[in-house]
Amino acid sequence: MTDITKDAIAPPRSFLSQDAIQLFYRLLAALLICAVLAVLSDSFLSLGNILNVLRQASLTFFIASGLTLVVLTAGLDLSVGANVALSACIAGTVIHKTGSPALGILTGLACGGIVGLLNGIMVTALRIPSFIATYGMLWVLNGLTYWYMAGETLHGFPAGFRQIGSGYLFGLPIPVYLLLVFLGIGTLFAQRTIWGQEIYAIGANPVAARLSGIPVARRLLLVYTVSGTMAGLASIIFLSRLNSAEADIGESLTLPAIAAVLIGGTSLFGGVGTVFGTFIGALILTLVLNGMNLLSVSANWQPLVTGIIVILAVWLDMKTRRRTQ
Amino acid sequence: MSDALPIEVTSPTPLLELRGISKEFPGVKALDDVSFAIYPGEVHMLLGENGAGKSSLMKVLCGAYRADSGEFYHKGEKVAVNSTADAQKLGIAVIFQEFSLVPYLDIAQNIFLGREPKGRIPGTIDRRQILVDARRVLGTIGFDIDPSTTVDKLGVAQQQMVEIAKAISQNARILVMDEPTAALSDRETELLFALIARLKADGVSIVYISHRMAEVFALGDRITVLRDGRRIDGVRPADVTPDQLVRMMVGRNVDMTYPRHFAAKPGEVLLEVKGLTAPTGISDINIEVRRGEIVGLCGLVGSGRSEVARAIFGADPVTSGEIVFDGKTISGEPDLATRRGIALIPESRKSEGLALLRSVSDNLVVSALRKLFPSGLFDQRRAQRTSDGLIRQLRIATPSARQTVGLLSGGNQQKVVIGKWLAAGSKLFIFDEPTRGIDIGAKSEIFALIDRLVAEGAAALMISSEQVEICHVCDRAYVMREGRIAGHLTRNELTEENIVRLGMHHA
Repeated sequence: MTDITKDAIAPPRSFLSQDAIQLFYRLLAALLICAVLAVLSDSFLSLGNILNVLRQASLTFFIASGLTLVVLTAGLDLSVGANVALSACIAGTVIHKTGSPALGILTGLACGGIVGLLNGIMVTALRIPSFIATYGMLWVLNGLTYWYMAGETLHGFPAGFRQIGSGYLFGLPIPVYLLLVFLGIGTLFAQRTIWGQEIYAIGANPVAARLSGIPVARRLLLVYTVSGTMAGLASIIFLSRLNSAEADIGESLTLPAIAAVLIGGTSLFGGVGTVFGTFIGALILTLVLNGMNLLSVSANWQPLVTGIIVILAVWLDMKTRRRTQ
Repeated sequence: MSDALPIEVTSPTPLLELRGISKEFPGVKALDDVSFAIYPGEVHMLLGENGAGKSSLMKVLCGAYRADSGEFYHKGEKVAVNSTADAQKLGIAVIFQEFSLVPYLDIAQNIFLGREPKGRIPGTIDRRQILVDARRVLGTIGFDIDPSTTVDKLGVAQQQMVEIAKAISQNARILVMDEPTAALSDRETELLFALIARLKADGVSIVYISHRMAEVFALGDRITVLRDGRRIDGVRPADVTPDQLVRMMVGRNVDMTYPRHFAAKPGEVLLEVKGLTAPTGISDINIEVRRGEIVGLCGLVGSGRSEVARAIFGADPVTSGEIVFDGKTISGEPDLATRRGIALIPESRKSEGLALLRSVSDNLVVSALRKLFPSGLFDQRRAQRTSDGLIRQLRIATPSARQTVGLLSGGNQQKVVIGKWLAAGSKLFIFDEPTRGIDIGAKSEIFALIDRLVAEGAAALMISSEQVEICHVCDRAYVMREGRIAGHLTRNELTEENIVRLGMHHA
């Protein structure tokens, strides 16, 4: 076998990795959408609008970034939206009761993290498929939130707290800074730590990963907890930006987050994808919806367009990957 | 290059002839100007190491791959084969190693899948007719079974018969079989050979891919040897010896007696298993492995050998008993065993040993992440350097460490699995069928590697169904029967007869 003649095997054709190529395509697509919108709409390129797009994208990204890690392990977390709602309501109550935003923020993050940990326990210890475990969790969380809020709305939070979601620093919205920080942390975690490597290995083949000595259960617990905690973070941004909390705020969050992950090139079968891709996915999704608003397209069309983009992105992804392999 | 005709040539025109077939994949020339003729009623053995191009040729033959260049001639006339449907029309059928049967449908439905006789009500199947048809087809191949039995109740050999029946029902004249005896018992193999003789008598041609020398000579009318995508030679069994065939396959002389340097005195005890019992069906297992030793674990398939390996590694739960490794009791998940220095090279390397879509490098460092990067920070260049070193050391044939591991041949994939544990610095290597599906050249390399490992102070526990291999390389061996250790054989007692005698059921 070792004497395979040299000409039988050519060197790899590209010096760029598959992931880099896929990210490049996505950036190109995002730029293309920008160019089209800039031509079609005068207000698209205004500073206010661009900052608005980034702020919107950041909200989707916080939820989608944690979700990306889950999807990389070939799992899914359907409870993220419901988790945001519960965490926001609990954090909001704590701020109202204690007057301390810091305590509220910690509670929100902790609530999100605990929900994630419970998801992780269901997936690892009880061996319930993540799709079903987190789907059940979605209902449980919705139930808890509705019962807890009993139709009430929390509103009126301290001005300092509201700065997190709606304030500016050196001309940029604060969520955009948070976006950059978590994009950096997420990318470093996935690409530059051994835990990140282990997560990719688990997604690529969970059986082989376990038999290669990777503590699969512990890594999955970590990944679901991170996903939950990122939902907790998103809940704080929401609470602070909307200056109110209701039981139903999470209902429109899960599916766009999954869309961002998929448009970003992370495979639902696990082992393939990047956090940066998810950022671009969130950006593309937000850009398109923003463009539709600017062009006065009825909001009723938005779900349809989102669906088409997801299908198109995944199809192109499969096509280009197949060709380069 | 001679192209010997079958012994009893009835027609000088081949039933099917492939001329100058080439097929290239990114990075690999799978087939290079291969010509190949099949005459009516012959058994044509296709030989070659893994990666020699047998599978590619088979896939071109059945229309699954389209050749980059080359021509097909059917009974002397040029034909185009661009799809599996084209190949089917020419009467070509393939029995793959992985069967393509639907487990919850019955035999009759599987045979006529997609071609069911229609019932009177549109959309229904004529149940009576399909059973009659199925019985007739099963009769022609001499397979006596109720066609309304669902396929999931059948053994491997019976499923294979259903596949053959399905091919025959489609008027197959050329039957391509990929290592058909790999999963069969001796008795089942005999039945299959009888069926092949019967099909042959009916004028059906068989293209038979095999790794077993004995069946090449028992069955073959002609032999075609492939190597590195090229046709090396076509010969008749009467004109060659097994050694000559092996040389054609590997292109160099291979030492069939595996190299082994037995240590004068084994080292200290590395692994001690005491009274191990597990819910997977093993009970009261007592095993000792010393440094410098290769200890065999033999027995029939299903006697509990893999279960012992998995229990030691922590992959399956344990009911009672103790595992002492390197002086310390160990119980836990595989990650603990890995940290302590135990390595498992599992039987099924594709599903349990490798992440096929990841790179060679990713797979090589996966068990050594903590060792290579104690700070927890991963460094791609460092991983690459480590991998490059292992690729050189193990002579893994890959264009680079970035190559997708699934694109390597079986032997090279196995080397990656072993390399993973070398990187991790393991002390005890548990091999579960390390040479399954691996060609002869890679086999002796892998044994040389195991020999070197134990000479350097590691130890190996080796499960193998190839008793010759056990006898050649092991210091001693345990023989299992029905979940228990049935006996222990020292180096002097280690013979195939003794292994079989201890491993047999005494019903």
